[in-house]
Amino acid sequence: MSTPTQTPPAPGKKLNRIGLEPVAYRGSKTTLCAGCGHNAITERIIDSFWELGVSPDQVLKLSGIGCSSKSPAYFLNQAHGFNSVHGRMPSVATGAIVANRKMIAIGISGDGDTGAIGIGQFVHLMRRNLPMVYIIEDNGCYGLTKGQFSPTADLGSKLKTGVINDLPPIDTCALAIELGASFVARSFSGDPKQLKAILKAALSHRGTAMIDVLSPCVTFNDHDGSTKSYSYAKDHEEPLADLSFVPFFEDITIDYDPGTSTTVSLHDGSKIVLTKMTEDYNPTDRLRSLHLLRETTMRNEFATGILYVEPDKPDFIDLLGLVDEPLAHLDESRTRPGKAALDEIMESFR
Amino acid sequence: MSATDTAVQEVGLRPTTERIVNDFAIQVATVNGSGSQTANLVLLRSIFQMGVPVSGKNMFPSNIAGLPTWYTIRASAKGYIGRKKEVDFLVAMNPETAREDVLTLAPGAAVVYDEPLKLNALRSDLVFYPVPFDKLMTGITHDAKLRRLVRNMVYDGVLSRLLSIDMSQMEKALKKQLGKKQKAIELNTAALKAGYDFAESSLPKQDPFAIEPMDKTVGQILIEGNAAAAIGCMMAGVTVVAWYPITPSSSLPEALIDYLKKYRRDPETGKTTYAVVQAEDELAALGMVIGAGWAGARAMTSTAGPGVSLMAEFAGLGYYAEVPAVIFDIQRAGPSTGLPTRTGQQDILSTAILSHGDTNHPLLLPSSVTECYTMAIEAFDLAEQLQQPVFVMSDLDLGMNTWMAQPFEYPTTPFKRGKRLDAETLKKLGQFGRYRDVDGDGIPYRTVPGDGLPSYFARGSGHNEQALYSERADDYTRNLERLSRKFQTAKTMMPKPEVDVTAVGRIGIIAYGTTHWAIVESRDQLKAERGINTSYLRLKAYPFSEELNDFIDQHDRVYVVEQNRDAQMLSLLRIDLTPDRVVKLRSIRHYAGLPIDGRSVTSEMLRQEGISDPVAKAAGLGTVGAD
Repeated sequence: MSTPTQTPPAPGKKLNRIGLEPVAYRGSKTTLCAGCGHNAITERIIDSFWELGVSPDQVLKLSGIGCSSKSPAYFLNQAHGFNSVHGRMPSVATGAIVANRKMIAIGISGDGDTGAIGIGQFVHLMRRNLPMVYIIEDNGCYGLTKGQFSPTADLGSKLKTGVINDLPPIDTCALAIELGASFVARSFSGDPKQLKAILKAALSHRGTAMIDVLSPCVTFNDHDGSTKSYSYAKDHEEPLADLSFVPFFEDITIDYDPGTSTTVSLHDGSKIVLTKMTEDYNPTDRLRSLHLLRETTMRNEFATGILYVEPDKPDFIDLLGLVDEPLAHLDESRTRPGKAALDEIMESFR
Repeated sequence: MSATDTAVQEVGLRPTTERIVNDFAIQVATVNGSGSQTANLVLLRSIFQMGVPVSGKNMFPSNIAGLPTWYTIRASAKGYIGRKKEVDFLVAMNPETAREDVLTLAPGAAVVYDEPLKLNALRSDLVFYPVPFDKLMTGITHDAKLRRLVRNMVYDGVLSRLLSIDMSQMEKALKKQLGKKQKAIELNTAALKAGYDFAESSLPKQDPFAIEPMDKTVGQILIEGNAAAAIGCMMAGVTVVAWYPITPSSSLPEALIDYLKKYRRDPETGKTTYAVVQAEDELAALGMVIGAGWAGARAMTSTAGPGVSLMAEFAGLGYYAEVPAVIFDIQRAGPSTGLPTRTGQQDILSTAILSHGDTNHPLLLPSSVTECYTMAIEAFDLAEQLQQPVFVMSDLDLGMNTWMAQPFEYPTTPFKRGKRLDAETLKKLGQFGRYRDVDGDGIPYRTVPGDGLPSYFARGSGHNEQALYSERADDYTRNLERLSRKFQTAKTMMPKPEVDVTAVGRIGIIAYGTTHWAIVESRDQLKAERGINTSYLRLKAYPFSEELNDFIDQHDRVYVVEQNRDAQMLSLLRIDLTPDRVVKLRSIRHYAGLPIDGRSVTSEMLRQEGISDPVAKAAGLGTVGAD
């Protein structure tokens, strides 16, 4: 995929399939630095929800702590939001989604929030395959506390103060694949076309969709010593495939050569079409995905696109065997057993 | 005795040698993992079935097999079910501890022991009953493993004969304990009979202890507090349970899982109206509960001290973002890992203000298995009404030991869901402000995802009435003050203390939780032995209600009795009470890891009253903080 230079044309006054304008998907004004990659990600999230026609009040938006975790305030004002505690968004999301399986959940985290303080909860979220979209806005540093290294900072990268990072980075994508996430992708905040396609596919996936989005920190980590800078990321991105996402409610209109594409059907019937670029990439082969990540890392490159997907894997809600209605909305008649039950229990203790 | 000593070193009382009926304690000393639990519960249940009030306390190691375990069964015609320190009848099955177990008995105590241990050589002032356990087992089974498992049932048979506990009750209790396992029932019954027959033919009765039938347990049940709390949680309509295994809490969620599977599964579809998640740690457990509570579910977790420490961060979030949550703390002896299988009331102070910043949490303080059940139900109501985490402060003694109780009553009041916004209220209010104090009680209205009402953005960071991020001093202060107001409102909603005023102008006692049972007995001792009347206020909750002030005002001095070193409840009282009331408070503390007993309270109060206590002196009993 070539590097796109502009976002798709603004939808203008157009209405989506549920009759809402894009403005209905906006949030409060961002307070992040001008040019912050996170803002571009916010824009793509807004586009994706609008284009898919998801009703904002059906969305849960969650986050931990840090610059990234401020983002949920900047999109979908009508959604219920929870800016929780540092590194612990996965557990809050787990409780919320288990309590209301009908909601669509999106969690925004950062590389410190996920890779350092929150890695314990991240690991178990991936393992449970909880149905949610989990985005890491990955800038390799702690922005809100003024630029310290995070666990995704690359070996040898340099702080403004000249300090060199001498620890290897954690590859959150490889980790997520290893642990059982059923949709793992990597993209770049400055690649709107690819990012939006991935986001829309992720929102249509049932299970944990983990997206690591390289998002340069313009204030603390966008300089020559940083591998998370705009210039570095643009030069070292290795897109896997040209992505097209086709929602299930639209006709498939993409023109592609079957001999050079891989089509993956998602849970809700929609499809991702991966067009071959440099190789015939099969995103359903876990070992192949891990191999590719390793290979590109060795070359100091980022493989971007949908790295791994397992559309039919049972998610956490399936495993729990819950009733169809949200647990949170069940009334007393469904959740307090009758007197006969208590009598029977008491009898067992006589 | 110092806090580092073990229970077996306690010195008992032996006032007379006349016949002692339905008022003594049996201690069985075994090795954990040897299958003694069945034998002990059969013994307990047999006495219970004979209508005699009884309690069982298990003192077990933090270990799976091979370490010493003591199980104490107390029969008390007067109905005292708190701990009695003095052991009257010892069953010495553990070679490792047998010597010490015997040496610490008071003169006149009886000892059933494994013959090869030759314990009778140790003392001449005890009654000894040697039993050749291995020899008796040879006629029952040749399978060495089975022999080991049912061997303990032999002492039940011996005790049945020596203490005149009906064999038919023993057999009935055995069937109750083993359910439908026919082979196991047969083997155990054979061992029981072998013990009985041996005692009948070879052990002439020499001790004064006996069980005689009474009618004081009619209709009652025997249950552990954790099971009782689990039943309460299910009846409270819990839908999300997140937990992490920890002693002595695990049996609560495990019992709950069993009940939920049975009673909360759709019989047609097999689908469940609940979710149980075993979390990766206690942080995540409370995180899940907070997430579920925010989404509108009735959610709970259960843990012990170390877990509570980990939950501190989320407890603060729950308080500040105002999310309902129910947390059971089955307290054990700390600090740090401490004594995981021993009891205490050591988390009171830290839990009341758990987390950084200005934070307060309501605590419920159950003292009985019945309150484990009723307060579980109340906790879910209060958490939703107050929109904040509510802690139920049980302890190991209550949670894991077996207690008598009347069967629990079916709840008569519907769920109290608190101020959940509805369309009508919204119309009346005009605008929804998640943290707006509309009614002046500090409790705002809330909405939940999917209810079709306005959404809001919950956060642990500073926020205004509209739930928007704010660092403004006025927003911040107004919010903190409203939370304070809410805590004042909580005072009116928490269960009221139980008050018994009989000594106006003189001595009052304040206690809570399992300390209650020692107070009941100590008050009787003080009155019977010294003619001292005392009043009693049993706290059921924090924040404290107005009754507390009245009680202190009515008395000259008030003893606060609790099971921790640092007088934790007294410290909380000091924060709340006016100085003129604070000066009336005195402290009695017990922190041996073992349940507090009535005699220790009596001795320490007499000491502080400046009255010599011949009974305690004769028994060599210690004073404050001692056991």
